[in-house]
Amino acid sequence: MTAGATEMTPEETVTHAVRCTDLSYIFGTNTAVDHVDLSIEPGEMFGLLGPNGAGKTTTIRMLTTLLKPATGKVTVFGIDAAAHPMRVRRVIGYVPQMLSADANLTGVENVELFARLFDVPRKSRKERVTAALDAMGLTEAATRLAGTYSGGMIRRLELAQALINAPRLLVLDEPTVGLDPIARGNVWEYIAKLRTEHDMTVLMTTHYMDEADAYCDRVSLMHRGRIRTTGRPADLRAGLGDGATLDDVFRHYTGDTLDNAPEEGGIRDVRRARRTARRLG
Amino acid sequence: MTYAAPGAPPAAWVEPPVVRDNPVAALRRLANRIGTLCWVELRKIRHDRTELYTRAIQPALWLLIYGEVFTRIHAIPTPQGIPYLDYLAPGILAQSALFIAIFYGIQIIWERDAGVLTKLMVTPTPRSALITGKAFAAGVRSLTQGVVVVIIAAILGVSFTTSPLKLIGAAIVLVLGTAFFSCLSMSIAGVALARDRLMGIGQAITMPLFFSSSALYPIAVMPGWLQAISKVNPLTYEVEALRGLLIGIPTTLWLDTLVLAGSTLASITCASLLLPRLANR
Repeated sequence: MTAGATEMTPEETVTHAVRCTDLSYIFGTNTAVDHVDLSIEPGEMFGLLGPNGAGKTTTIRMLTTLLKPATGKVTVFGIDAAAHPMRVRRVIGYVPQMLSADANLTGVENVELFARLFDVPRKSRKERVTAALDAMGLTEAATRLAGTYSGGMIRRLELAQALINAPRLLVLDEPTVGLDPIARGNVWEYIAKLRTEHDMTVLMTTHYMDEADAYCDRVSLMHRGRIRTTGRPADLRAGLGDGATLDDVFRHYTGDTLDNAPEEGGIRDVRRARRTARRLG
Repeated sequence: MTYAAPGAPPAAWVEPPVVRDNPVAALRRLANRIGTLCWVELRKIRHDRTELYTRAIQPALWLLIYGEVFTRIHAIPTPQGIPYLDYLAPGILAQSALFIAIFYGIQIIWERDAGVLTKLMVTPTPRSALITGKAFAAGVRSLTQGVVVVIIAAILGVSFTTSPLKLIGAAIVLVLGTAFFSCLSMSIAGVALARDRLMGIGQAITMPLFFSSSALYPIAVMPGWLQAISKVNPLTYEVEALRGLLIGIPTTLWLDTLVLAGSTLASITCASLLLPRLANR
């Protein structure tokens, strides 16, 4: 039995990897997430799409137990994130928006840190750290300080960190933001590989519609805190007729373009992006 | 593609360890997290030792110039008439630990800015365990620095105790003192939220803390108002305990330790409560 299964209430069998019901979050006067209902099936690659400030990151922060919902709840494999944060944390792997490996540690140490924090037994720690780095193609760079890594390598190192816990749900917040096109394609290949070989559910946010179209089984379009529509990318496009892109779908449902950055919440993201930029020099 | 294909994960991967929420498990987890974060700190010191050397300059100057001069002019009465340099050395030891601790919050702000803090908070590590781990990691850094200071002082002719028990006791006191001031710093980080502001506040409080303690002169020679401040300054108790253990000047060791342990516990609580404020910005 897995840890997740132990905590499951009998009536709530694993039909959903993630389930948000009536989920809201309010920053001051700004309703960042506005009564969201959302279900993700086990094994799915699910995309939460929308411009900066749409509420994607806030939704993820509630799911990853960092924020407590104002209304409603979010469950991960049947476990309530607000009520049992420690249990939820054991079944998720999380890669935040910013490139966030510790530059003063080597690749191995970065991954070993997470192995320790996830209570990977000492006997199998080394083996798993090596395997995770290997799986992300970082074997050669493993003993170098992460400060010497390229953006794409740091992202893969973060995936190795997230992988060490053998998570059932991998949560990726803007996994390819700030990477050059080659590194982006490369990161996607690794994510796809992980998902098929480890049978993981993947939830990711992005504002690159082309990437969502290419890699996601289903997507939800989010705008100003609300889910506007959900479906398979192909179905959503077909609904608008021939030659429509996901961008067109988005415009159709929101009356807005992706480039049109909304007020309020957008500022937070911009500030974060600036911080990262400064750090990376 | 150059990456090695990841094989199927070992069977053990699929099952995250079932960790029950009972006091024994919580204590074991706390011990594990403290150990892990201390390990990280030691790795960082190993990768980059420049700080160890640059931070040795100031205490060396205090001992060499201030210490030698004031030993010669006999301006400060010392208990049992011991050389002033011997009296001063534990004070300088505490000072160098204070300098490390009071700016430790900068690290946690940096980690927040870099996204590392979010990732740490999504591991099964309660906030208080994360803060306690960091507090002891700061203690480990102080300890390595302390060894350097003690060596410098010994070269200048300070006669320290050779009793292993007393040395271990002094190490514990130094770690406790650093844990307190680093949590004070992390609490300030939770209020100030920005690096530059924390730097300013840190600089503003370091010297008052230092001069209002018994690091440089006995409490007895202070004016009444300063004596009052000195007696609520945890640095005084740290210095007194170090003096008692390292030099053999009589002190009420149990009171010193109790005050340090109590204030450390209070500051850990405070910093843990302020952590989400810092993380969710």
